[in-house]
Amino acid sequence: MVLTPEAPPRQPVLDTVRPRRRRRRSGLNRPERIAGWLFVAPVIVLLTVFLLVPILMALWVSFTSWNGQGSPFRSGVPMSGAENYTRLFTQDGLTRQDFMTSIRNNLYYVLAVVPLQTVLALALALAVNQRLLKAKSFFRTAFYFPSITSSVAISVVFLFLFANSGAINGVLAWFGIDGPNWFSDPRGVLHIVLDTVGLVDITNPPAALADNELLGLSWWQWLSGPSVAMCSIICLVVWTTSGTFMLMFLAALQNIPVQLEEASLIDGATRWQYLRKVVLPMLKPTMFLVITLGLIGTWQVFDQVYVMSKGNPAKTTLTPAYLSFRTAFLELNFGSGAAIAFVLFSIIIGMTLLQRWVMRDRDDVRRPRWFRRARSV
Amino acid sequence: MRTSHRVMAAAFLATAMVASASACGSGFDDSPEQKSGPADLEILIGSSGQAETDAVQKAAAAWAAATGNTATVIPAQDLAQQLGQAFAGSNPPDVFYVDAGRFADYAKAGALLPYGNEIEDANDFYASLREAFTFDGQLYCIPKDFSTIAMQINTELWAQAGLTEDDVPTTWEELRSVAERLKAAGITPIVIGDTRDRIGAFMVQAGGWIVSKDGTKATGDSPENLQALEYVKGLLADGLAVYPRDIDTGWGGEAFGKQLAAITFEGNWIKGALQNDFPDVKYTVHEMPAGPKGKGTLSFTVCWGISAKTEYREQAIDFVRHMVSAEQQIAFTEAFGVMPSRSSLRDQYLDQFPNDEAFIAGAEYAQGPVKAPKMDSVLSDFDAGLQQLVSTDPKALLERLQDNTEAALAG
Repeated sequence: MVLTPEAPPRQPVLDTVRPRRRRRRSGLNRPERIAGWLFVAPVIVLLTVFLLVPILMALWVSFTSWNGQGSPFRSGVPMSGAENYTRLFTQDGLTRQDFMTSIRNNLYYVLAVVPLQTVLALALALAVNQRLLKAKSFFRTAFYFPSITSSVAISVVFLFLFANSGAINGVLAWFGIDGPNWFSDPRGVLHIVLDTVGLVDITNPPAALADNELLGLSWWQWLSGPSVAMCSIICLVVWTTSGTFMLMFLAALQNIPVQLEEASLIDGATRWQYLRKVVLPMLKPTMFLVITLGLIGTWQVFDQVYVMSKGNPAKTTLTPAYLSFRTAFLELNFGSGAAIAFVLFSIIIGMTLLQRWVMRDRDDVRRPRWFRRARSV
Repeated sequence: MRTSHRVMAAAFLATAMVASASACGSGFDDSPEQKSGPADLEILIGSSGQAETDAVQKAAAAWAAATGNTATVIPAQDLAQQLGQAFAGSNPPDVFYVDAGRFADYAKAGALLPYGNEIEDANDFYASLREAFTFDGQLYCIPKDFSTIAMQINTELWAQAGLTEDDVPTTWEELRSVAERLKAAGITPIVIGDTRDRIGAFMVQAGGWIVSKDGTKATGDSPENLQALEYVKGLLADGLAVYPRDIDTGWGGEAFGKQLAAITFEGNWIKGALQNDFPDVKYTVHEMPAGPKGKGTLSFTVCWGISAKTEYREQAIDFVRHMVSAEQQIAFTEAFGVMPSRSSLRDQYLDQFPNDEAFIAGAEYAQGPVKAPKMDSVLSDFDAGLQQLVSTDPKALLERLQDNTEAALAG
């Protein structure tokens, strides 16, 4: 390091005698640090009071059987320990059945929405990113617009679109298809497919599936697939959220240097190979972000259920978030509702960690021999 | 971020927790001290519209002026939610509407003051309505008005099928044969809501109900209920009745207004809805057909609840006395068209509104909503089953209802 006259050494001479502590990485001195904390303090206070503390309060409520009268923190509030949680998983009854129904519905919803919206967002981003496309900003706006519109307004519009004599059934009629009663059909899609193919009879399911239960629902019920009503909500959500994720993919695509594309062209790669072997690996961090946000968002679906169907028909659009709301505020069973919310929270955390593990960078992993040989062909 | 920061953050969090917990941890007395002197009553209502809000505010102001107290009437945006918040905050309004469907939950939780025995002419109110607000043998509150389900018939579609006044069905068999004639004429005969709040009327007509009279025993799985459900299932399966969703409408009144069906079963509210949205529909109202056990229908009613935690008990009871007096009930009827809950006002009401004879006749034999706490999820599960009635075995549905009701009543 060259010492110039304009930049006197930071360390005083005395420090050569007494070894000084390693300087903090940020390089801030004490007054600046205090100022930093002061600036951030209001937001921390707001977040703590309005986010963290209510969450901890709800955790407390989930261990009680508070009936909504007076404060849940006063003495004399009936405690139920972990019973609210065990009732969701181990005790045979309506609570467990409703909860498992909501988990099943939401699971199919997640399995449908997350891949669809990721693929659609990526496709839109690739489409909008092409150099030869005119009016890019128009398309960007058009694709992003549904994401910023109120979800309640969109839900109401989709209620009209998917009505029995609505636009969707009208378009299907052009192709000679008799559209289903979207919001009053509780049959699951898998059941319908198996029935049409002739493998099972939907009105008389095979006894092996219908009579054996897992956690309160029969296997036949677990394997129902999303219901027809749920499919309309799936369409709505995929259409709405692709815009946001399209923007993320677009930003990542625009970070890919043009030289890479030219280099791959020179090396003789087709467009498809370029996409698969160059673009997609480079989009991996964004893909991780999109999938994580997708998982978190889809497990929390509430607005659409509340506005469009409230769990109907026949509880096939019931989701854990809506069930938690209904149990706590409409049935005045706050402990159980809070317990459902925390179980949902742990599901989301678990899935996010799992997804993170699946998508981790595996530079040093030694794949088995047969795998390497297959890949090298 | 070193140890000192972590310690700071933990200390901050702990302080916040302790502060917030102590702030809301104060207990409250079981029976609050009664204040003497002029009362300041807070009244929370779930208004059906501006007409009702104005009428109630006018009546409250008149009472306040006459007695020297103050009464503030607040129309709620969402009564159940605001009441829930008020109860949780130990700061409930003094007087509030209580829907019969929610009554048992509030009564069980101890939120209501049972003042029924302080009202001298309580027997003037219809017995079935008083029954809906009796819990544990005590009359908790006085019903303010009520609605019942009746049968509405579209006279034009009726004539199209060649039917006359004499053909109006009075029994289940007649209803079925009339429906078959309507269907033969190419008209959708009946549209009925797909919930227990409509189909339940048939259960009452067959002599059954979901719980026993005192709300302590489950009676869902009974031969009477089975008979009713099989009858309705038969109508649905044969195309003689449809659910509103199946013909693209939200409720029976909308389907009836759009003239998509000739018969529907709805309550008083259909009058206002048809007048506003479908004024051209010509219709008549009749009592619902009688079932095997006779006539039956469902009633929906709201009462004036007084909070158990009010500090102005006597003044609140006096306020309610004023609001349910005969003159005041007539005034409300004229202002926003509800049926008075006093049986002595029946003739006066019918003089003014002769078309409502069928609705008011229902007060004699109507069944109120299920009067047992913690039944919400059981009832919505039953509704979910009713939505699939065509493809479900009614016996299995009722067995499920029975099991769930027993579990809810026990726990």
